[in-house]
Amino acid sequence: MGAAYKTDLPVMMAPKAPEREPILPHLRAWHIVPLVALCLLASPLAFAAEHDIRQPSLSVLVTWAPLLMKGFIFNLVISVSAMAVGTFAGAILGLGQLSPSAPIRKVAWLITQFFRNAPWLVLLFFAMFLLPFQISFFGLSIPLPDWFKAIIGLSLPVMANVSEIVRGAVNSLPSGQWEAANSLAFSRRQTMWLIILPQCVKRMLPPWMNLYSILTMATVLASIVGVNEVMTLTGQALASEGGRPDLLAPFYGFVLLLFFIYCYPIARYTVRLEKKFAVIG
Amino acid sequence: MDAVYDWFRVLYDETGINLPFLYDSYDRNRMFQGFLTTIWLSLVCLFFSVIIGVIGAWLQGSSFKWTRRIVNGYIQIFRNTPPLVQLYFFYFAIGTILPRVENDWGGQSPILGSFAWAAISLSCFAGAFNVEIFRSGIEAVPKSTVEAAEALGFTRVQIYRDITLPLAFRVVLPALNNNLVNLVKTTTLAYAIAVPEMLYEANQIWSDNVNVTEMMIFMLLAYFFLVGILVSGMNRWERAMKIPGYG
Repeated sequence: MGAAYKTDLPVMMAPKAPEREPILPHLRAWHIVPLVALCLLASPLAFAAEHDIRQPSLSVLVTWAPLLMKGFIFNLVISVSAMAVGTFAGAILGLGQLSPSAPIRKVAWLITQFFRNAPWLVLLFFAMFLLPFQISFFGLSIPLPDWFKAIIGLSLPVMANVSEIVRGAVNSLPSGQWEAANSLAFSRRQTMWLIILPQCVKRMLPPWMNLYSILTMATVLASIVGVNEVMTLTGQALASEGGRPDLLAPFYGFVLLLFFIYCYPIARYTVRLEKKFAVIG
Repeated sequence: MDAVYDWFRVLYDETGINLPFLYDSYDRNRMFQGFLTTIWLSLVCLFFSVIIGVIGAWLQGSSFKWTRRIVNGYIQIFRNTPPLVQLYFFYFAIGTILPRVENDWGGQSPILGSFAWAAISLSCFAGAFNVEIFRSGIEAVPKSTVEAAEALGFTRVQIYRDITLPLAFRVVLPALNNNLVNLVKTTTLAYAIAVPEMLYEANQIWSDNVNVTEMMIFMLLAYFFLVGILVSGMNRWERAMKIPGYG
């Protein structure tokens, strides 16, 4: 029986590797085309009747695109920094909410609720206006630039949300874990760090990524308080083109598209992680 | 009441803590108007976002492939782009394309004002989340219940309206409340297109009186209590809707 043997029986075929589920099952590469087209062509069509001799809006957008991309990267820098600061502070606050001492628990709970209930924009204003523009430290003055204050302002609500995520994840573990650790003579601290928290990381990851996505979308708020990020640059670009109304839709559409391209894969991946962990958890 | 107002004026004179929205009748009036605008904007958006959620969830169960795809596209676009940019897109990009109407003074004014665009944009934003929330609730309704209704001769609309939706509603209440609380917090974005809501009015007052610190702390406390009251009300409602043994 050589290689020449032919059959169409499924059992005799070489096994095929199962197809992996793609990260973006609903979004194929070609979907970008109608999305971009919709954003960019909507207004030239509406203004076609005007038939002026100015540069077409698409080519104007292409000229400005590199600058807007730079602004967008600045947004991402703000989002990553605010997430890092917020996660660190939030983890401490979350552990405070689980503390055995009642006063620490109450204070941590109050801080969490306060920053969770306040709107992001109000907190951003709060950080922007109430932090000094420079701090003196042993005669050495350290300037606090706008973007730094924006990071602090955005990390406050992140902190409160991370605190709730930590508390929720720890409380969602079966109490048997605590009891088993107790019966094995683990101290409270050991139980927390060696048994409870490692199990919680898995549960915390999807909501944490969700929060990151929300934070990334909130970084445009910094434009209201004058940080030079993508939205501010868009406004400036539009102003320098003389406020042409047919440019508004392509430019804002472009910003929407940038955020969509960045946030959609994160959202898909979060859903995938949730599904994956749901079976084990 | 005048004694209370005067006390705050004395407070300003004695300590420098300036709270003009309490002792000055003009500032008090516009602060109150801003508060009403925030409440009104929240209510309008709440109403329309729930409507969008209910209808969207129904369309998502449609047997037409393209209806489902369009609803999915709507959800994904609105969930994964910043609400502020959506607001700008609606107000500046679409708002300028729409025809203008003549106003009372003979001038040209846009057909929809900033409040209307804020309401539309925020409703669409929150609605996208509500569709997903309602869909998860509808999936939680046992299939046999729907089949039983079909066997009794209910039409598709009747099944959705009278059987699936009421059963799903209790399941989705926690997630829905969470989203609606978020919506109330998101109404502050309307500040960016000059809707005279609470934050905007506070900004006007601190621009006039140069009392940023006091106004900022007041704003934080005001939103803390506004949202806090909403959250506790929603939690009460959730507890009232709870049926023991049904999760």
